[in-house]
Amino acid sequence: MTITLNDLVRVLTECAGADEDVALTAQKLDVPFTDLGYDSLALLETAALMKQRFGATLTDEDVTEIETPREFLDRVNHAAAQAA
Amino acid sequence: MTLATSAAQETPERTERPTAVITGIGVAAPNGLGTEQWWQATLSGASGIGPVVDYDASRYPSRLVGRIAGFDAAEHIPGRLLPQTDRVTRLALVAGAEALSDADADPAELAGQDGYGEYGCGVVTSNATGGFEFTHREIRKLWTQGPQQVSVYESFAWFYAVNTGQLSIRHKLRGPSGVLVSEQAGGLDAIGQSRRTLRQGVKLSLTGGMDSSLDPWGLVSHLASGRLSRSDDPATAYLPFDTRAAGQVPGEGGAMLVLEEETAARARGARVYGEIAGYAATFSPRPGSGRPPGLERAARLALADSGLPVEAVDVVFADAAGLPVADDEEAAALRSLFGPYGVPVTAPKTLTGRLYGGGAPLDVAAALLALRDGVIPPTAGIDRPVPEHRLDLVRGAPRDAPLRTALVLARGHGGFNAAVVVRSARAA
Repeated sequence: MTITLNDLVRVLTECAGADEDVALTAQKLDVPFTDLGYDSLALLETAALMKQRFGATLTDEDVTEIETPREFLDRVNHAAAQAA
Repeated sequence: MTLATSAAQETPERTERPTAVITGIGVAAPNGLGTEQWWQATLSGASGIGPVVDYDASRYPSRLVGRIAGFDAAEHIPGRLLPQTDRVTRLALVAGAEALSDADADPAELAGQDGYGEYGCGVVTSNATGGFEFTHREIRKLWTQGPQQVSVYESFAWFYAVNTGQLSIRHKLRGPSGVLVSEQAGGLDAIGQSRRTLRQGVKLSLTGGMDSSLDPWGLVSHLASGRLSRSDDPATAYLPFDTRAAGQVPGEGGAMLVLEEETAARARGARVYGEIAGYAATFSPRPGSGRPPGLERAARLALADSGLPVEAVDVVFADAAGLPVADDEEAAALRSLFGPYGVPVTAPKTLTGRLYGGGAPLDVAAALLALRDGVIPPTAGIDRPVPEHRLDLVRGAPRDAPLRTALVLARGHGGFNAAVVVRSARAA
């Protein structure tokens, strides 16, 4: 099972709230999270919920290094594959 | 030697200190969300005190609260802020935005103007109980589901300083900022500290206070103080200076105020409500020490700070503990200051309950609007004032009076006392 952008958007919104002005779409996969208005705490929270939902563990170091939604999906899918 | 320096030598303290004026008010109170709505409720005697409705409090020994009904945070706060904020911070953000809008001040815009700069605007607030409801929820997760389930935002959502932090981020208030925690006295201490930052060169400082802790755990924590009324009658549960006084009702809310250096405020054409002319804080000695409590001293020091004589005070907004001994002590302080029946005294907080860190800023807001409208809002519910207090309590209905100067008193559990002198604005 692949964790998709839709999954990320759902979890991110649940963790860090919605903002209609800066919606995360496929066109923004390479826009840094900071430009999308998500700070490091929002990503830590999202990573924690990803673990609960998908069993994919991202380390705090992973979360610190991740800058864009594409990187997040790459790393979290890699972690999910390793856990499986 | 120039004229300016000789004038400075005659009154060295006054010339060094910028005049601090209030130009904006924002209110979140149990009897009104928004300044004018609350002020009308205050004048008409509409109470925000009622039974707990959010959960079953029937087994609690105290069941009345001053709750802000119908507050839908999503109507006021960006979606991004909802997952990371407790109710108290949402209330602070709403009142802070109202105060800045009322002052017609946008700190982000002011930062680009002469005399302001990036650090020309700050925020100093008061809070006494932190983010209770949020923490209640997260700590329950910790116990029942484990640490992985606890929101990362718990790290700051609980914290006394969080209202200041979120207001700073949201409105780009990047100058000297802070939080004061001294229970119900804290709101005046925040205003005093805010005024101090003007002396450091800050031009605008958002100040005031906010508290909200009426969730089940919060109410239990208030019960532990032993000061809550056990009455089930909203009209008579909190009766300061009355022979039936038997405790307090906890409320939520407060007020945010825009404090500005007067020259800068006038230069940008701001409407001025009044001046924070004096402030002082004292500690009371521990009970049983034999030394007098510190409230009167705080009032005298605040008046000395304002340069005004005691006779200048037109109205007192009392701390109004609603506990017989504390009421006796405050009445004695007022008699010592003003003589028996020497000044009108009021406590509109009888319509909201005690708001902890938010209470005194709401009283300062009431004082400013009383000066504006020439009317003293009444104390609610007091039918049987303690005769020995010999206070001129304004009760039942508002009292019209020409007002120039108000004294606001506050006491915080643990011995905190603070006083603020509010003065009408001078003609521009």
